[in-house]
Amino acid sequence: MKTQNKGGAVKWLLVAVSAFFLIVMLILPLVYVLITAFREGIQPFLAAVTDPYALKSIQLTLEATVFAVIINTIFGLFAAWSITKFQFRGKKVISTLIDLPLTVSPIIAGLIYVLTFGRQSFLYPYLKAAGISIIYAVPGIVLATIFVTFPFISREIIPVLTAAGTDEEEAAALMGANGWTIFRRVTFPHIKWALLYGIVLCTARAMGEFGAVSVLSGHLRGKTNTMPLYIELLYQGYDFTGAFAMSAILVVMAVCILILRNVFEYRGKKNEE
Amino acid sequence: MEKKYYVEMRGVNKSFGSFQASKDIHFGIEKGKLIGLLGPSGSGKTTILRMLAGLETEDSGDILIDGNIVNHIPASKRGIGFVFQNYALFRYLTVYENIAFGLRVQKWPKAKIKARAEEMLQLVGLEETAKRYPNQLSGGQRQRIAFARALAPEPQLLLLDEPFAAVDAKVRQELRSWLREMITRVGVTSIFVTHDQDEAIEVADEIIVTNQGRIEQIGSPKEIYRNPQTPFVAQFIGQSAEVDNFRQFTGFTNAESNAERAIVRPEYITVAKQGEFLKYSLDAEEGVVEQTAFRGNEIELKIRLKGNLLTARRLLDDAPVEVGEHVRVFISRVYAFDEQKAYVIENAALNTQESLVI
Repeated sequence: MKTQNKGGAVKWLLVAVSAFFLIVMLILPLVYVLITAFREGIQPFLAAVTDPYALKSIQLTLEATVFAVIINTIFGLFAAWSITKFQFRGKKVISTLIDLPLTVSPIIAGLIYVLTFGRQSFLYPYLKAAGISIIYAVPGIVLATIFVTFPFISREIIPVLTAAGTDEEEAAALMGANGWTIFRRVTFPHIKWALLYGIVLCTARAMGEFGAVSVLSGHLRGKTNTMPLYIELLYQGYDFTGAFAMSAILVVMAVCILILRNVFEYRGKKNEE
Repeated sequence: MEKKYYVEMRGVNKSFGSFQASKDIHFGIEKGKLIGLLGPSGSGKTTILRMLAGLETEDSGDILIDGNIVNHIPASKRGIGFVFQNYALFRYLTVYENIAFGLRVQKWPKAKIKARAEEMLQLVGLEETAKRYPNQLSGGQRQRIAFARALAPEPQLLLLDEPFAAVDAKVRQELRSWLREMITRVGVTSIFVTHDQDEAIEVADEIIVTNQGRIEQIGSPKEIYRNPQTPFVAQFIGQSAEVDNFRQFTGFTNAESNAERAIVRPEYITVAKQGEFLKYSLDAEEGVVEQTAFRGNEIELKIRLKGNLLTARRLLDDAPVEVGEHVRVFISRVYAFDEQKAYVIENAALNTQESLVI
């Protein structure tokens, strides 16, 4: 640690630059969002957020988030488990594909689903016959949210599982334990905190998703508008109080998640010791 | 009469990709024996152990336990106790729960689980650690707990993968005799893997030496040590110096066998200072000490003898020998070998009374 103490000036300069950057880029705008939301007092704020369309958008966001998190948790566990515990061909391909949503622009994700389930798709007649509408409907929004958030959970678990190795599982299997018992008593305790951390990240991303959802939603107010879409709509309509009021709610939710994230990260580290 | 084996491998082969880890493995182990699988790293010993346990599937050949072919019986149903190299204790379970794990999985009645777990803790002498977690134990304690955990479900066969590799030298020495004693007391047929010849020789009833996926020799430690049958065993066991032409040494000139190269081990070399008593004095040759090293209980010497560098030992209490000193060297036995086989060859002087000078 000596080298760090020596460069006192450099240290403070770096800290100052980072702090300045954070203030300008993050804290100022966030504070400004809150200020603007309450600029005209608490009444207009409450009115804006209790508007039926606003409530509907909050509900839809929560719905999509819950679905995405549940499905991605299951998928993430399976993917991480299969990649770390088994040897098979195409393992590299799978682990690369998992990262795809991180590199592909969300708007393309949206378009992919429009192509796959929209009118021009060969699936469309079957879906229509079955009475399932995906595009410009809630299932489309859920699908888009799942797509953009699915790497988060498996990405958190894979390194932990890799580090843990397979010895303990083998030991348990040799004693006659079945897969479920091994998972419950041996594997799960290892990944518990990483999993929660992944879920938190997934939740945060799911709540804020705009691009992919925007393509698939069709912007039907009160039907397929999630919070970010609704905020944009208000903003386009020059309803700044409303837009910032909704934004304030989203920001508060994000801050809560950030706190949770840090708690889980801390617990996870402590757990490893 | 054919021996009755408890564990048997018949013509087992196993490859990992293009690497052949086991080549035509044949062996049989009698019930109640403690077997050491000895070989350098990468020699395929751990693969043999993992195939016995069912953690790897053999490509061909049969594995028999208690007379039954177990090839298609999964690891969980073979009823084998396994001690992993790094113990693989369940990190998030207490010591007690670690030991009880196998019993719970096998649905033992509650009271019996408690009794058995406590019995095992008592057996390994670690009752006080029951409520601790594995990371709160020392290396030696972990090893004992891993042993207790493997034995708790009363397996008929215990497999140990490098059981002493993860503990420091002093504890290792202690654990060796401890393990030997425990296994004898419990009476379970056991196979352990090691790359340490001293360990195998000290602990095992019988040693299986492996090299490059093959079995080189099977025998008691004494046999392996005194009668190595392949060039590899001759070189691997003991602290060996290799010589290109052993017939240049007095007493080996007329040795039968076609072999030329040989292994000379320190225990078959006697070194005497000039004027010191040497039993086979007439057959001794003169060598020059090149190096001396203190090894705690003895002095290790490197001696140049007719162009060959040999390793020899002298006791701590013997008169000190210095570097550059001319000493008399008597070699009583060498392990000569050709491409296929190793031969034990004794100094001719040992069989002829005349050369004995008193």
